[in-house]
Amino acid sequence: MIAYLVRRVAGMFILLFLISVAVFFLFNLLPGDPARLTCGKACTPVVVEQNRKRLGYDKPPVEQYLIFVKGIFFGRVFSESSPVPVVCNAPCLGYSYTRHQQVLSLIQKAAPVTFFLAIGAFLLWIFAGLSLGIVAALNRGRWVDRLIMGISLIGYSLPSFFIGLVLLFFVVIKWQFLPYPNYISPFENPVQFFQTMLLPWIVLATLTAAFYMRLTRNQVLEVFGDDYVRTARAKGLPERTVVVKHALRAGLTPIVTAAGLDLAYLLGGAIISENIFSLPGLGALAVNSVVQSDLPLITGITLLTATIIIFANLIVDLLYAVVDPRVRIT
Amino acid sequence: MAIAQDVAGFQSQALTGGRSLRQIVWARLRRDRLAMVCLIILIAYYTMAIFGPFVLALIGLDPYKLDPAAISDLGGQPKLPWGGISAQHILGVEWGTGRDIFAQLTYGLRISLVIATSATAITVAIGTVVGIIAGYTGGWTDALIGRFMDLILAFPFLLIVLALSAVLTQRLTDLGVPDGNPSRITYLILVLSVFGWPYLARIVRGQVISLREREFVEAAVAMGAGKRRILFTEILPNLWAPILVYATLTLPAYIGFEAALSFLGVGVLPPETTFGAMLANSVTYFVVVPTYLFIPGTVLVILVVSFNLLGDALRDALDPKAVR
Repeated sequence: MIAYLVRRVAGMFILLFLISVAVFFLFNLLPGDPARLTCGKACTPVVVEQNRKRLGYDKPPVEQYLIFVKGIFFGRVFSESSPVPVVCNAPCLGYSYTRHQQVLSLIQKAAPVTFFLAIGAFLLWIFAGLSLGIVAALNRGRWVDRLIMGISLIGYSLPSFFIGLVLLFFVVIKWQFLPYPNYISPFENPVQFFQTMLLPWIVLATLTAAFYMRLTRNQVLEVFGDDYVRTARAKGLPERTVVVKHALRAGLTPIVTAAGLDLAYLLGGAIISENIFSLPGLGALAVNSVVQSDLPLITGITLLTATIIIFANLIVDLLYAVVDPRVRIT
Repeated sequence: MAIAQDVAGFQSQALTGGRSLRQIVWARLRRDRLAMVCLIILIAYYTMAIFGPFVLALIGLDPYKLDPAAISDLGGQPKLPWGGISAQHILGVEWGTGRDIFAQLTYGLRISLVIATSATAITVAIGTVVGIIAGYTGGWTDALIGRFMDLILAFPFLLIVLALSAVLTQRLTDLGVPDGNPSRITYLILVLSVFGWPYLARIVRGQVISLREREFVEAAVAMGAGKRRILFTEILPNLWAPILVYATLTLPAYIGFEAALSFLGVGVLPPETTFGAMLANSVTYFVVVPTYLFIPGTVLVILVVSFNLLGDALRDALDPKAVR
C-alpha cells in the first residue's frame, strides 16, 4: 500500500512537471512575440522593448521557465528596477499586464463562482443520474426503463449551449419565471443566488446526469447477475435488503468515485454555462484572457485546472481502493 | 410472451447459422426499425451536405446573397413573421442582411460534417495504431505511451482549444494552409483528433492485451510472421467491432464540440457559418425571432440524436450477449 502510494505520488509529480513544461512552452513560445501582446494598438517599439525587459521575455526560454517555477514556490518580484516593483508572493502564478493584477488574485476572485456552479451541478447530476439509473435497472425492459433511457439519450445528445439558450429563452425571457441572471454571492443574497444559479446548474448537470443514468443502470444490472447477490437472495433476505445493502453498495461504488473525476473536469469546463449566463467564474475569465491574449492569465488558469484534474485522478484511485474491498493495491 | 421470445430466438438462431459476423450484425441491425430510420436520416444529411450546395445553385439560392427586399429598411428585421419564412425563403432570412437561412444551414452542415468526419477518421487511425502497439508490445513502450496519454487527458480540453486557436491557426497559415477559414477548419480537425485519440487507444489496448494471448497469434508467431503482419493482419481485423462503435459515438460528440467551439467564437469566420455560429448569432435576436434559435438547434439535435441512436443499436447488434 505504502509502496503504491509513493509510486503514485511520484508519478503525479512527474506528470505535473510535464504539464507545467507543456503549458508554459505552448503558451509562451508559440505566439510570435509575447512582448508585442503586452500593450494594445498604441504600442510603440520602445514600449515593447521596455515591456520585454520588464517581464523577462528577453531571457532564454528555459530560464524564463525556471523563473516561473521558482515564482510558484518562492514568489518573485516584477519590474524590479522600476520605482514601483510588484511583489508577488508564493505561490506566484504570474502577473497579468493587461489587467495590471496578479494572476492568483484574479483566479481567487473567480474561483468561488465556478466552485458553487460545479458543486450544485454535481449534486444535481449525482441525484438525478443515480436515482433514475436505479429505477431503470429495477424496471428493466418495462416502459419506465425505456422512458428513462430515452431521456438519457436526448440528454447527452443535446449540446449544452443549446439547452442553455432554450432555457434562457423560455424560463427567463418568455415566461419570466426567473429574473435575468445576475451573479451575487450566496452570503449576500441567497435568493438571488439561487435564482441565478438554477439554470446554469441544470445546463451543466444535464450531460453528465444523462451519462450517469446509463452507467448506473448497467452497473446495477451487472451486479444483479453476480454470485453474491444470488447468495443473498438464497439466504432468504428480503428483496429490499438484497437490493439496497448488497447490490447497490457494490454496484455504485465505482460510480461515486468516478464522479470525483468528472467534478474535476467540470471545474475547468464550466466555460459554456458561464458564457451563456454571464457568470464571472473561471471559465469566463479564461475566455476573456484568450480574447485579450493575456498569456500569463491563460497559463495560470490552465495550469491550475490541469493540477486539479491530476490530483482528482490520484484521489479517485485511492478512494476506489479504500471503498471497494475487491480492489487490491500492489 | 415467453413463447414469442422463444420463437424469435429460434428464428434468430436460424438466421445466424453459417454467416459471417458482418452478415449477422447487418441482419440484426436491419430488424431494428429505429436504427434504420436513423441510418436513413444520416444518409439524407450526408447527401444534403455533399450535393445540397449544387442543388441550391441550380435553383438560385445563394447563402451569401443579400436580399434587401425581405428585410425592413429600418433595423433590418425580416418583414414577414417567423423570421421571414416564405415560399422563396423556406426557413426565413437572416436579420440585417436577408440571407437565406436554409442555404446557410446547408453550407454550414457541410463544414460541420467535414470537420467531425475527418477528425473522427484521424482519431480512429491514431488511436488504433497507438493502442495496438501499446497493447502488443507491453513493457516500457506501453508504460511510456500510457503516461503520455495521461498527460493529454489531464489538459482541460475546451480551455486549451480556445487558448491555442489564434496562435496555431496562424501557424497553419504560415505552413501554407490558405488563410482564413481553411486554416481554422484544419485547426479544429487537428485539435479534436489530438485530444481525442487517447480514449480509443485505451479501449484498443485493452482488447489487444487479451487478443495477443490467443492461439492464432501464437501460431502466427510460431510460423515466423513479422511484427507488422501480426499486428495489422492478425490482430487488427478482430478489433473492428469496438472501433466501429467508438467511431459512431465519437462523430456526434465531435459535431457537438465543433458547434460549441463555433458558439464560443473559435470556429469559421463569417460569411461562412456553422450550427454553433448561427446559434451564437441567434442570441442577439431570439427575443424577437425565436426561429433563429430553434431551426438550427433542431437540425443539429436531430443529427446528433440519430448518430447516437445508431451507435447504440450498432453496439447492441455487435454484442452477442445483448438482450433487449
